[in-house]
Amino acid sequence: MKNAIEVRKLCKNYKGFQLKDVDIILPKGMIMGFIGENGAGKTTTIKAMLNIIHTDGGEVKIFGMNVKENEKKIKEDIGVVLDDSFLSEYFNVIDVNQFMKHMYNNWDEELYFKYVDRFQLDKKKKVKEYSSGMKMKLKIAVALSHHPKLLILDEPTSGLDPVARNEILDIFQDFIQDEEHSIFVSSHITSDLEHIADYITFINDGKIVFTETRDKLLETYGIVKCSEEDFKKIDKKDFIKYKKNRYEYEILIDNKVEFQKKYHVEIIDKPTIENIMLIYIKGEK
Amino acid sequence: MDIIISNSSNTPIYEQIKEQIKNKIISNELKTGELLPSIRTLARDLRISVITTKNAYEELEREGYVETIPAKGTYVSNKNIELIREEQLQKVEHLIDTAVSVAKISNISKQEIQDMVDIIYGED
Repeated sequence: MKNAIEVRKLCKNYKGFQLKDVDIILPKGMIMGFIGENGAGKTTTIKAMLNIIHTDGGEVKIFGMNVKENEKKIKEDIGVVLDDSFLSEYFNVIDVNQFMKHMYNNWDEELYFKYVDRFQLDKKKKVKEYSSGMKMKLKIAVALSHHPKLLILDEPTSGLDPVARNEILDIFQDFIQDEEHSIFVSSHITSDLEHIADYITFINDGKIVFTETRDKLLETYGIVKCSEEDFKKIDKKDFIKYKKNRYEYEILIDNKVEFQKKYHVEIIDKPTIENIMLIYIKGEK
Repeated sequence: MDIIISNSSNTPIYEQIKEQIKNKIISNELKTGELLPSIRTLARDLRISVITTKNAYEELEREGYVETIPAKGTYVSNKNIELIREEQLQKVEHLIDTAVSVAKISNISKQEIQDMVDIIYGED
């Protein structure tokens, strides 16, 4: 088994929104960041991957097994964090433990309370009294406490402050110290993924725009800034998209070095994932 | 062992790691046979992706500075001390070549350059 996740030609039709031929391959041992604006199809993709919603075509394999045929077996080995809470608001962390014991064969009580302590979750308070950061940490503690091999998380860092987000990134990197472990994480806070994700998959309007390694994306992509006059000299096939701003043109390129050899432009900025996403969504060709 | 990564540098991160480890091997701070941190540990400790550290180690291996023994780890290799010396020698030759060219243009004599080398090398 080489890949933790294999999604091929996944389709889902809603009125007014379509997930179209989504392909995602996450090699074992790696972290994939799944990015896109709100409404691009991130959550739909994740729910379809987990067989939570009905799909209209395509196939999802996790650990090499078809999800529809092996759902129960697969779910023992994945830790999931979704936006909609599956925990009763009236539970405290101790109730959660009692409940989860019956949900998972591998539930590890000791590990769970270790995370509860590490995240400083108040044992007396009910879930509904928790801040959003606390709730998220509780969900992550739950997701980790049955020894999963794969974590699938939908927006785990949204609504958290930088310190808490940082802690969560630490947990992710601890988790993949075991090379059998993998993480698929969606986020619109792209800076979180910029450092630690091995792969970035970008979805826009229900379609996958690209999957690239973090290194390729941040080291070979670039953003050229130039005047209209210079922009006109550039061959259309040498860039991905451009954005015309009030005082300058921003041009997204995916081959910094060759571009510079050909055009000798003055400014090629190092991109951030956010820049790349913005020009893809807002730019023209 | 210090490895210092700049996120704003134009040098790719894998290359920054590669160069820093390479320099430590050349200067003998990392000795032949020494075990390097695992790809995953290094990625965690530097807060970077696994593929990035993997790339750095693969390049070091290709250039003969380290070798990876499956299931054991990556070690500083001993095979290429000669090669490293050769590479460094070429670098020195290239720099001297530049120095001599500059000297010739400005009428600085061979003796003056040799004196300079004596002083600079001696001080070291």
